[in-house]
Amino acid sequence: MASGDTVHQVGEGLDTALETRALSVFYGAAQAVKEISLTIPRNRVVAFIGPSGCGKSTFLRCFNRMNDLIPVARIEGDVMFQGANLYAPDVDAVEVRRRIGMVFQKPNPFPKSIYDNIAFGLKVNGFQGDMAEQVERSLRSAALWDEVKDRLQESALGLSGGQQQRLCIARALAVEPEILLMDEPASALDPIATGKIEDLIGDLKKDYTIVIVTHNMQQAARVSDYTAFLYLGELIEYGDTERLFTNPTEERTEQYITGRFG
Amino acid sequence: MSHREAALTTPSGPGGASAGDPRSATPLDLGHRASRRWGERVIALVLFGCGLISVLTTVGIVVVLVTESAGFFREVPIAEFLTGTRWSPMYSEQHFGILPLLNGTLLIAAGSMLIALPVGLTSAIYLSEYASPKVRGIIKPVLEVLAGIPTVVYGYFALTFVTPFIRMVFPGTGIFNAASGAIVVGIMIIPMVASLSEDALNAVPLSLREAAYGLGATKFEVSTRVVVPAALSGIVASFILAISRAIGETMAVTLAAGATPRMTLNLLESIQTMTAYIVQVSLGETPHGTLEYKTIFAVGLVLFLITLAMNLLSQRITRRFREEYE
Amino acid sequence: MNDARFLPKQAKRKRAGAIFQAVCLVSIGFSIAVLAILIVDVSRDGLRWLSWDFLSRYPSRIPARAGIKSAILGSLWMMALTAGISFPLGVGAAIYLEEYAPRNWFTRLLQTNISNLAGVPSIVYGILGLAIFVRFFGFGRSVLAGAATLALLILPVVIIASQEALKAVPNSLREASYGVGATKWQTIRYQVLPVALPGILTGTILSLSRAIGETAPLIMIGALTFIAFAPTSPMDPFTVLPIQIFNWTAKPQADFHDLAAGAIIVLLVVLLVMNAAAIVLRNRYQKRF
Repeated sequence: MASGDTVHQVGEGLDTALETRALSVFYGAAQAVKEISLTIPRNRVVAFIGPSGCGKSTFLRCFNRMNDLIPVARIEGDVMFQGANLYAPDVDAVEVRRRIGMVFQKPNPFPKSIYDNIAFGLKVNGFQGDMAEQVERSLRSAALWDEVKDRLQESALGLSGGQQQRLCIARALAVEPEILLMDEPASALDPIATGKIEDLIGDLKKDYTIVIVTHNMQQAARVSDYTAFLYLGELIEYGDTERLFTNPTEERTEQYITGRFG
Repeated sequence: MSHREAALTTPSGPGGASAGDPRSATPLDLGHRASRRWGERVIALVLFGCGLISVLTTVGIVVVLVTESAGFFREVPIAEFLTGTRWSPMYSEQHFGILPLLNGTLLIAAGSMLIALPVGLTSAIYLSEYASPKVRGIIKPVLEVLAGIPTVVYGYFALTFVTPFIRMVFPGTGIFNAASGAIVVGIMIIPMVASLSEDALNAVPLSLREAAYGLGATKFEVSTRVVVPAALSGIVASFILAISRAIGETMAVTLAAGATPRMTLNLLESIQTMTAYIVQVSLGETPHGTLEYKTIFAVGLVLFLITLAMNLLSQRITRRFREEYE
Repeated sequence: MNDARFLPKQAKRKRAGAIFQAVCLVSIGFSIAVLAILIVDVSRDGLRWLSWDFLSRYPSRIPARAGIKSAILGSLWMMALTAGISFPLGVGAAIYLEEYAPRNWFTRLLQTNISNLAGVPSIVYGILGLAIFVRFFGFGRSVLAGAATLALLILPVVIIASQEALKAVPNSLREASYGVGATKWQTIRYQVLPVALPGILTGTILSLSRAIGETAPLIMIGALTFIAFAPTSPMDPFTVLPIQIFNWTAKPQADFHDLAAGAIIVLLVVLLVMNAAAIVLRNRYQKRF
């Protein structure tokens, strides 16, 4: 059993970007996440896998306090980020979300122009630099610039699904977060678009810490450095991705990765 | 079950009309019993007739307004009617320019919108983005009650409460003034703007709100810079419908705004709307068939056309809005 | 958490948010306050007139002797006849549109037409009623002419509400009925309608409560304002509560205004009862699905 008192660490010698301490999430009386303690190393990709309903998305949404928006959700435990607890009373969820960005399951561009989609986060957060330059930089980082540079003022809704998702990644990158949370970012996309997103994740880890939730084990194996397997709200196993997929220590992990349930 | 057994054993349908012993006929008759099929047809036809009533209503409105107005326009040139700035069919020196009535109507509509649009929209934003279920449970019934109060009651309220209040703030204002009518019409329309705009705001997918929150936007920024722009066409549709309602509103303006057709933009003056004029004529002793009497159909036609155009426009915008998100 | 490239100005943004929320609350408060003032205003003027005499007397030129008996009876007549006309027509049209109508241009036209009729000003219905029912059909200025006019006025709302109720009936119920060999009408009559009925009734009661407060169309068709007798047949002249209220409000004397307030209280109580009935029905209906 991996839950409880011990903090599950991976990547020895690496800086820690995020650390959870006995983190639990309750929806009313039901407990969706059960006292998970783990660390996320800086500039690495960590994948959360597990069958649907295992709590992996709920867990991810604790890292930028998105669960605050769900009235019935209640969080216990700590999430440490740069020495501060994100759930301390004096911490502002709005500031947390700028520092820890998020990409969602389905592409959700605003019904505005491509340019305005990126500029929105810059404007609300009081960006001081050159707006157009930052928009271009974000779109380049998301490998979308060449496809959209001639139509920045057109509606973002006219892009393909894969392009929309890369726009959402660019939008998140524009406000210069330290960590990027991705909640099944490719689940609504075709294989080619999925491939592009996965390539992008590989490029982005140079500058960002990435936590990705996926139901696709091959995807986890392809993109992540470390993998955590969650089941029924508990952290079952957490370790080096290659090791976890080839030589899991927990029986339930093995059953899951060999397709016996989930 | 007796129908069905009868249908199965009695070979009276077109498929099994044999004269012999019933037992020798095919036991299963897949044809319909003639009487049953006939009954079904009659029912379908009657129901279709019910649906047709609504079309006949529209046809009736158009035919009545157009034919009666035609009689009016034989005596008064349309150009004079549409461009004249004096309206005095009841005086010895008759003028038939509808502009003063139009002016009064639009003044009331504009004044009422100054109240209904901001109050309605901010109420809708509050209901959709801020209110807890408990608070909603209080506010929604209040709005429903406001929407359900008969317009004549608002007329009473205008005359006995709003007008004295206006006369206190602006001494010298007459008993009848456009402001009083505009204020109560505005109040009357708040629930409609609030409810339709709230529907539009609710139709904006949650994922857009999440995207904005995820970028570090505050609730205020999410509401006003993402949700409201995304719902804008639906909100505009509700505004247009509200203006159309204000234009067609009758009793409150008849009681409070006066009976003085006038070209003015001063809300403190007495005016007359198209609807109030129609009521005035039908309350009076004007004999049927006279030119004065026919004015109500000409004015009614203008009223009908304006509100119809606005309703169609609003529907068109709403349809486009729905396509965006469904 | 300082970062030279971003100046998020959290405090300022929070303040803007708080101000906006306050503005929203003022808006909401405005509606609540208006409703409260309206109720207080009417009660202050009208409550002292409420008595059995007020309800059981006919109108009079002398305020102290005036009552609303003919208006109450007229409104009851009006409600019964309007319901009797609009309910079968509205439900019939809704059944046609939901269960029978083919998907073609004519059905779309019917549907668009119904939504448009819902937005036609009530006074235009009055003009229609005057020309068609009072004159063309020769009903005269009778209860029947008024009820027919109001029935057309609320018909679109009855149809739309009934359609919603029919749409909420699960398709599996229809399939089950067809599956045991029922005809289309048998399916509708014995399976679909009983389930949809509470919803249909809710919508009908709510639209009737609109009809009961309508004034302008009845003035158009010439409902008299001074009626010292109760209608005894659909062909009799009549007055109704809203017209009585209008008549008294339009008089310059303050005593008549107070009478109007008394009649308003009666009208509002009637509306409250009807709405409460609709809500009770709606709640029972919602629990079933």
